[in-house]
Parts: sequence; structure tokens; C-alpha cells
Amino acid sequence: MNRFLLPLSIFVVVVGFLAVGLTLNPREIPSPLVGKSAPDFSLPQLHDQGKVFSSNELTGKVWLLNFWASWCSGCKTEHPVLMQLAQSGEVPIYGMDYKDQREEALAWLRRWGNPYPVTAVDESGRVGINYGVYGVPETYVIDKQGVIRYKQIGPLDDDVVAKKILPLVKELQAK
Amino acid sequence: MIPEIGQFALILALCVAIVQGSLPIYGAAVGNSALMSMAKPAARGQFLLVLIAFCCLGYAFAVKDFSVLYVAATSNSQLPLHYRLAAIWGAHEGSLLLWTFILTVWMFAVTLFSAHLPETMRARILGVMGLVSMGFLLFMLSVSNPFERLIPAAADGRDLNPLLQDPGMVMHPPMLYMGYVGFSVAFAFAIAALLGGNLDAAWARWSRPWTTVAWCFLTVGIALGSGWAYYELGWGGWWFWDPVENASFMPWLAGTALIHSLAVTDKRGGFKVWTVLLAIMAFSLSLLGTFLVRSGVLTSVHAFATDPKRGLFILAFLAVVIGGSLLLYAWRAPRVGLGGGFDLVSRESMLLANNVLLIAALGSVLLGTLYPLFLDALDLGKISVGPPYFDAVFAPLMTPALFLMGIGPLAQWKKANLPELAMRLRWAFGVSLVTALALPFVLGKWTPLLSLGLLLAIWIVTTAAINLRERLAHVDGSSLAGRLAAVPRSYWGMLLAHCGIAVFVVGVTMVKGFETEQDVRMNVGETATIGGYTFRFDGAQDIMGPNYTAARGTFHVSRDGRDATVMYPEKRRYPVQNQIMTEAAIDSGLLRDLYVSLGEPLEDGAWSVRLYYKPFVDWIWGGCLIMALGGVLAVSDRRYRLAWRREEPAVPAATQTAGRKVA
Amino acid sequence: MSWLALIMLLMPGLAWAGEAKPLAEDPVAEARLKHLAVELRCLVCQNQTLADSNAPLAEDLRREVREMIAKNMSDQEIIDFLVQRYGDFVLYRPPWKMTTTLLWIGPFLLLVGGAITLVMALRRRGRTLTDSAVTDEEHRRVEQLLSQGVKRS
Repeated sequence: MNRFLLPLSIFVVVVGFLAVGLTLNPREIPSPLVGKSAPDFSLPQLHDQGKVFSSNELTGKVWLLNFWASWCSGCKTEHPVLMQLAQSGEVPIYGMDYKDQREEALAWLRRWGNPYPVTAVDESGRVGINYGVYGVPETYVIDKQGVIRYKQIGPLDDDVVAKKILPLVKELQAK
Repeated sequence: MIPEIGQFALILALCVAIVQGSLPIYGAAVGNSALMSMAKPAARGQFLLVLIAFCCLGYAFAVKDFSVLYVAATSNSQLPLHYRLAAIWGAHEGSLLLWTFILTVWMFAVTLFSAHLPETMRARILGVMGLVSMGFLLFMLSVSNPFERLIPAAADGRDLNPLLQDPGMVMHPPMLYMGYVGFSVAFAFAIAALLGGNLDAAWARWSRPWTTVAWCFLTVGIALGSGWAYYELGWGGWWFWDPVENASFMPWLAGTALIHSLAVTDKRGGFKVWTVLLAIMAFSLSLLGTFLVRSGVLTSVHAFATDPKRGLFILAFLAVVIGGSLLLYAWRAPRVGLGGGFDLVSRESMLLANNVLLIAALGSVLLGTLYPLFLDALDLGKISVGPPYFDAVFAPLMTPALFLMGIGPLAQWKKANLPELAMRLRWAFGVSLVTALALPFVLGKWTPLLSLGLLLAIWIVTTAAINLRERLAHVDGSSLAGRLAAVPRSYWGMLLAHCGIAVFVVGVTMVKGFETEQDVRMNVGETATIGGYTFRFDGAQDIMGPNYTAARGTFHVSRDGRDATVMYPEKRRYPVQNQIMTEAAIDSGLLRDLYVSLGEPLEDGAWSVRLYYKPFVDWIWGGCLIMALGGVLAVSDRRYRLAWRREEPAVPAATQTAGRKVA
Repeated sequence: MSWLALIMLLMPGLAWAGEAKPLAEDPVAEARLKHLAVELRCLVCQNQTLADSNAPLAEDLRREVREMIAKNMSDQEIIDFLVQRYGDFVLYRPPWKMTTTLLWIGPFLLLVGGAITLVMALRRRGRTLTDSAVTDEEHRRVEQLLSQGVKRS
């Protein structure tokens, strides 16, 4: 090979990577927790502070865990999608009110509707850290054994629900 | 109306660029003098047109024309005039106009200082630059038009990002772009020479001053940016190895290598294929930087708002310009002659060794910057590459380069003698070593890195002194002043630039070794002591700025009971974007900076306050300025001034025949 | 003595010269936090370290790290804790792995390769260019032509 072609070949490879790079989102960080057990938590419930909601109550069920907050604009975006999914009854969505004011969170749910059977309160954000949350909304798909199977970073939309969440949920429920 | 004139000027400029990028190059290929002679008026016309467009945008900002989308997006009626004008390059579209404008400035400069070039060469150079500017004009007119209208007009603008409302914004981008874009001249020279097949010593001689001037601008531009980050971001850091910073640093490294390699090619006619590749690389890395900053493929503190469409355009442009150049290179380079000979140990070989080290360092920066992208593209996970990586890899690669800097200038051209060199340098080495080992003890703390940094800096200065002494001994003239004046300016420039590096190294070493910081909670009247200075907090008052409100703290600083200075750090709130800015107060000095930044207000008028004592930190930027000054001195050398005036292209004929004989 | 301090605390605005207290309760732990945090990435920011960022998540993570320091966990344990949750992305110093080998040794390979190429190129030139007098002569001619050009202008 002509050694003078070397710079060109290196450049072609770099341009190839840059082109692929254009299609990627550098701010989306895949979670190392997918395929691992979901961290346990026991937290007070939003609607009834006296009651505790713990993750091991849900063993044997396939469920979604949705981190949200009343201050988060992306949560407003995905909210109709969650409402629709909750109404379809395919899979229960449990809420995690992340670093929020209780009154505001309750008002938010009253105003926009409540897709969650139960919402837990993560006031300090500690459970969020255990789940590797770095920006709300984030949604986890957790299987019957309590293993995280999928993590959605950012708002859910109809496309993700139809193409990723629902097929996965059905597959996990069938197991 | 005025914005439409600007837009129209850009369209005309594009037409001119198309003509300039095609006909003169074709004319040079077929030997048509009429076509070739079109290059000069076309370049000047294009300069004028883009200047008009630039002024139109400036006018829209000056009169607060919020019916122009870009003006409405990056300024506000409350924004002071000088920042409104700096807002021209405050975001993507306008900064692209600045890029193009500066490119035409360089083109104009080429038309002014190319009387001595052969007609074919000048036609090709301006043609290549016309092609580059064609790409940028097309880019602006298709997906990043700064003159786009907003109908109905906005009542008021969304304001310039408060981070950018700073004197640094007025100076840093134009300087940086002068550097980036300046490499387009060396690039155009290289492509022109490849096209014409006359890659020779004359080509190197012509390219040298242009490369050096661009390098000077880039050096100053990077230093300004670093200084700006130092006082504006409020963290007291001066270099973060952020992708955007790296994007400006890579062309600098390539340009530095190019300056040294051009010296070998100019002097010995050797390594032309390498030098020409470096010229292509320096400008390619400038273009790559443009892509990285605007495409959103990497996250950065300084990135522009991004848009994949724009990313795709720049990438395509990048592929055409750089890919085309490298293809031309692969085709033409094998036919280039070898040039004169020199020994394995010689000034030439040391300059080239410096090139190898600089390129390896450049490789580390490039790899570190793009590696996260590579892994992500291959779906191998996401990683971050940050300062710890660069510190660990870049510094070991630069250390031998700095050491070589002391030896290289003393080695003889063609054939040097190592034992003899060692004899001449033994005192410099001894003095540097002893001083570097002892000095940190005197200063109160010894670490290996402190000693190493000081060793390199002192080594560069002492060897430069030996070099000067030997040089003066060989110059005729009775008085010392006469002999000093007889030393060529390019030589002084080299010594000065190298000493600039030494000053820079001292700054980095001292600030890393001896800086101290304190986070304190300060009530009114309380004091904190750092680096021997006592700061007394006298409370914070609310003040009104032109377009912000602020809490301004007052700190009385004293040393050994005597008043030293009063410092006023601010915490500003810009209402339009509802952004809080920390405006640090800095007391600069030759030997140390005092740096105070306000954190958060606490109860009872107390504040959390961060205090830094930064010894020698200004040497970092001072070193850069000295380097640039060295470059300016080198360019003002007699031989270049002669070259500008000379009319007949006598050199290429001679060197071409000689080159062929050798090859 | 303590009641005096109490009175002073209860009288806000009363200025008296005293030494300002460090913001952190435990300056030693804070120094360790800083040492760790400059090598960790703030996940929500554009490109900032955990030490420099004021984002709420960064504050939470700093609090978490402070607690781990208080529990006497080693630096490695703290880093592992974060990597388990956020992946290698939080580390500004990429760990040595199969996938990062090229990153770490690439520049040095380039250096070695470049040095070998340079030495070989110089040797080859030494063999092909036996007579360098040509270039000296050429150089003189160039200089001569340059000086003539000056005289003419």
C-alpha cells in the first residue's frame, strides 16, 4: 500500500465515527443496573404518610417504577402517556416522587391525574442515587424476581411504550 | 432593509467565491493568465461583501432590531452596546459569519502581500481559500442564516448568555478565529504547491511567516480564553481539558509542529511531504474543532446550541475539504524530492524529534477527546475522559519535548556532535538541576513534580542564555549593543518564544504546587487568612448593574497588619435569563493572585466564601503572551520584509532544478 | 464563657473581629471529598466535576460521599459505590479495561512508532543522499538571488 494513503485512511475512519456520533446522544448514560436486582427501598407513601411502601411487596409482579417530580417539565410531557398506559391495565406503574414538596406533588397529581396505584416519597433523593437516577423523569421496568430489565431515561412517549416497554412487559409476564 | 442588504451581500459573496474557487485554479492548470488574474479582484470583492454583511449584522444589533431572529435570540434592549456588538459572535450563526469574515480578511491579506509570488501560485492559493469560504457561505445561507427574520418582531430579546457578558467575549473569539482561520493560508499554500507540483524550499519560506502569524493569534486567543474561564467560571481553574478547549489546543499543537518542521524544510529542503501534511493537519484540526463545537457530538461547558442538521453539513464539508486534500496528498506526495541531507544527530533531526513528540501529544489530546465517542459508536459503553487522563498522558509526552528545547537550538545544522553538545551544556544542566532540587525546599515544600517543572523551566532559560552568549561571540561588532543588534530578529523571536514556554511552565508548576484555598463561612467583621493575607469581610450590599442586580461583598485585605487592597466579589442575577453568575474578585500580582468568590448568602448577613491564594498563576498567561511576542518578532525579521518587497519570483526556478537533481 | 458566646450569637449584626469558621464541619473529611470529587463527573452537567458543580444531584452526591467518608470507607469503596450506580461515566480517569487499552497506550504507541519512523527515514536519507553539496550550493544560490532581488527593488 502507498504509505501516503495512511492519513486519508485514518481520516476516513474518524469521519465514519463522527457520522455515527451525530446519531447518538452524548448525554444519555446507560445504566449499569440493567440486569441487576433493583435496590430495595421502604419509603413513606405520598397520599398517606403513615404508610410505608416497600419494593419487596411487589415480588412476583412485573411493574414499572417511574421517578417524577412536580418541578420537572419532562414529567409533564410524559404524563398523558403514563395515564394512558395506566388505563390500559397492562402493567402497574408505581410512582417515586423525587426530591419534591409534598403539597405541590399532591396538587400536581390532582391537577393532571394520578396514574400510580401508590407513590412513594424520596425526599432526600437517596433512593434515586441507589437507582442511578440523574435526571427525572426516569422509568424502570422490573421483573417478577425484582431484576431491572430496562431503563428509560427522559420522558416516555407512545413510540417507546409500544415498541419497547409493552413487548418487554408481556415477555416478562409470560415467564 | 439593512438585514436584507446583509443577506444579499452574502449571496453575492457566495457567487464571487464560486468564481474565485474555480476559474483561477483552472487558469493555473491550463496556463491562462486572464483567468488567473481574476483571483485577486475576486478575493478583494469577497472581502468587501462579507464586510458589508458583517456590518449589517452589527448594525442590527446596535439599533436593537428584534425582527432579526438572531438578534432577538442573543441580545436584549438592556444589554450595553459593547456586549451587543460582541453578541454578533455570541451564538452559532453569527460566529460563523465571524469565521467567514476572518477568512476573507486573510484572503485580503494574501492579495496584499503576495506581489512576490508567481502568478500561478497566487491564483491557486486564492482559489483554494475561495473554495473554503464557498463552503462556509453555503453553510450560512442554507442552515445557519444570521439574517433570518422574526415576524412578528419580538418585543425584546432573550439576551446574551450572562456567561458571555464579559470583556473576554469581546476579545477571545476574534483572536481565536484569527488563529484557526489563519492556518487556512498555510493550508492553501500547501494545496497550491501540491497542485502545481512545486513543493520546494521557496514554498516553505513563503509559508513560514503566515503560519507564524496565525500561530501567534491562536496562542493569544487560547490564553485569553483560559484567562476568561479563570475569572468568569468562579472555580479558579484555568484549563479544564474540556472538548472545546481541546479543539482549540489541537490546531495549536499541529501549528507548533508545523513552524518547526517548516524551519527544516526551509533550511534543508527536507521532509517536505511531512511538512505539507502538517499544514493540512493544522487547518483540518481547526475545521474538526468547528464540527465538535457545533454538532453536539460531545458535551462541553462551552458548546453552542446544537443541531444535527448543522452537524451533518459541517461533517460533509469536512469530508470534502480534508478528504480531498488528503487524496491530493496521497497522489502528489510520492513525487516530491528528498531535499538536502543531514545527520542522525543535527539541528534538523532534533526539530523533527520535537515534531514526533508534539504529534504524540496531539494524538493523546485527540484520542482523549474522541475516545468516548468511539466507544459509544461501537456500543462498548460510555466513559468520560477528563483532566486526570490528560495530566497522566500529556505531561510525560511534553517533558522530553521541553528538555529537547534546551538542546536543539544549540545543535549545529546538518551534523552535530553529541559529546561536544554535552560539554557545552554541562554547566546549564548542573545549574538547573541544583536550583530545581533546592528551590522547592527554600519555598517550603518539596515534591518530585515541583522539582521537575522547575528543572525544565530553568533548563530552557539557561540554555537560551548559553545560546545567546555563543551567538554573540560569533557576531561581528565592537560594542555589545552593536552585536546585539546584529543578531537577526527571527533568532530573538525563537529565544523569546522558548523563554515564554519556560515562564508558562513556572506558572503551572508553582500554582499546582503551592496554591491554597479555603471555604469559609464569614460573618461581617470576621477574618480569614490564606497565603499570609488576612481577609476581613465587611458585609455585602445590593447594587444595580445596567442589566443585572447583584450583591457585592467588600473584603479588606491586609498583610502583616498593613492594608494591601480591597476586593469586591459579586453575585449577580440577570433577570432576563434568570441566571445567577458568580463574579470573582481577583487581585493580580506578579508573584501571586488573590481570588475571592462569593458562595451563598447565609443567615445574619454572613456568606459562604471561597478564597484562593494562587502563586505565579499570571505567569501562565504571561508565558503565552511572551510566546506570541516571540512569534511577532520572528515574523518581523529582515528576510521576510525583503520577501514582501521583492517582485520577481526568482527562487522557485533555482530550487526546482536543484530539487530535481537530488531526487 | 459559653453564655457569652451565646449572647453574641443572639445579637446579629454585631461586628467583632473573629476568625471565620470553615464552611465544613470536618475540614479533613472535606479535603478528602475534594480530592475525590475533582476526579468524578457531575452527571447532569455539561462537563463539570462533582467538585465544581452546583447542580442538586451533585450536592446530593457530595453529601453521600461525605457520609461514606464519615463511615471510614476507603476511596476505592466510595468509587465502587458510584460506579455500581452510574457506570464508568462518573470517572474522569477512565479505568484500565480491554476497551480503554488503546486510550491509555495509544499516545505512547504513537510516540514509539513516530520515533522509529523518524530514525528509519533519517537512515534511509543518509544512504540515498551521499552528496549534500548540491543543497549547499543551492542554498547559496537562493541567498544570492534574494539579495539581487533586494538590490533591484
